[in-house]
Amino acid sequence: MKIVLNGEVHDVSARTLDAVLVEIGFDGLLATAVNGDFVPQLERKTRVLKDHDRVEVLAPMQGG
Amino acid sequence: MKSFYGVSLANPLMLGTAQYPSPAVLAEAFKASGASVATVSLRREGRQGQGQSFWSLIKKLNIWVLPNTAGCHTVREAVTTAQMAREVFGTDWIKLELIGHTDSLQPDVFQLVEAAKLLCSEGFKVFPYTTEDLVVGERLLQAGCEVLMPWGAPIGSARGLSNEYGLRAMRAEFPDVPLVIDAGIGRPSHVSQAMELGYDAVLMNTAVARAGNPVAMARAMALAAKAGRLSYESGAMEPRDMAEASTPVIGKAFL
Repeated sequence: MKIVLNGEVHDVSARTLDAVLVEIGFDGLLATAVNGDFVPQLERKTRVLKDHDRVEVLAPMQGG
Repeated sequence: MKSFYGVSLANPLMLGTAQYPSPAVLAEAFKASGASVATVSLRREGRQGQGQSFWSLIKKLNIWVLPNTAGCHTVREAVTTAQMAREVFGTDWIKLELIGHTDSLQPDVFQLVEAAKLLCSEGFKVFPYTTEDLVVGERLLQAGCEVLMPWGAPIGSARGLSNEYGLRAMRAEFPDVPLVIDAGIGRPSHVSQAMELGYDAVLMNTAVARAGNPVAMARAMALAAKAGRLSYESGAMEPRDMAEASTPVIGKAFL
């Protein structure tokens, strides 16, 4: 399945959001959104992704 | 001092965390300023986990964290970013920024009010980055905001308080609302000016981070805030058009 994660195309074998994050190698304090909608941490294990889904993985960053 | 959603801040400075020469300078500048609040953001995480080390640094400051929705141009973007920030930073506080103009980074106050309504209904404690427009301020309060953050000048411009008249009017219109000057600060004198107008706090980033010596500038900003507040509480005299001698005329020698 091909998804767009943080603007880059990834070909992943995992199906749930949680598993995709592990497959790509993310760790730590993160927030996720799929197709523009927030997906809470507790829902990542059950959130099944589809081909061409747009996933955003955000982390704390400097800000003003 | 007024409280911010029930929180009394020991120091009226809110300081951004971007653009410092190094993490060590950031930490030292925060210590020197005594700032009570650090603004932070959310951005795409890299594979190296850069965001994790930044967050460790901020946690060690042991101060209030105010996440922002910087760079958002639509209500949907801002609301989703706020929801993500609440989970990551573990706070209902959100600095709501909805940018409407590319060059001036002026807030889109129409979308701002709409987003504020949605976020307040979801339990967020919204700190809206707005203009000094009194009607917009009233709408934001009606939406559920308990703090207003008018801009001093465009973000990063260092121009100070562009519309002192408008900001003074805002203070007079909302005497019981915590007001924060957000953006446009360049020098400690701007901070003093804001505090002398009776503002409750000042939020800045670039003026400290981009100073030749950010740590010393952070200290200067803190002193300016203290001086400005003390001046406001002390009742400064009104300016006059004409001179009035301070030395008594009576008793002057006839020479």
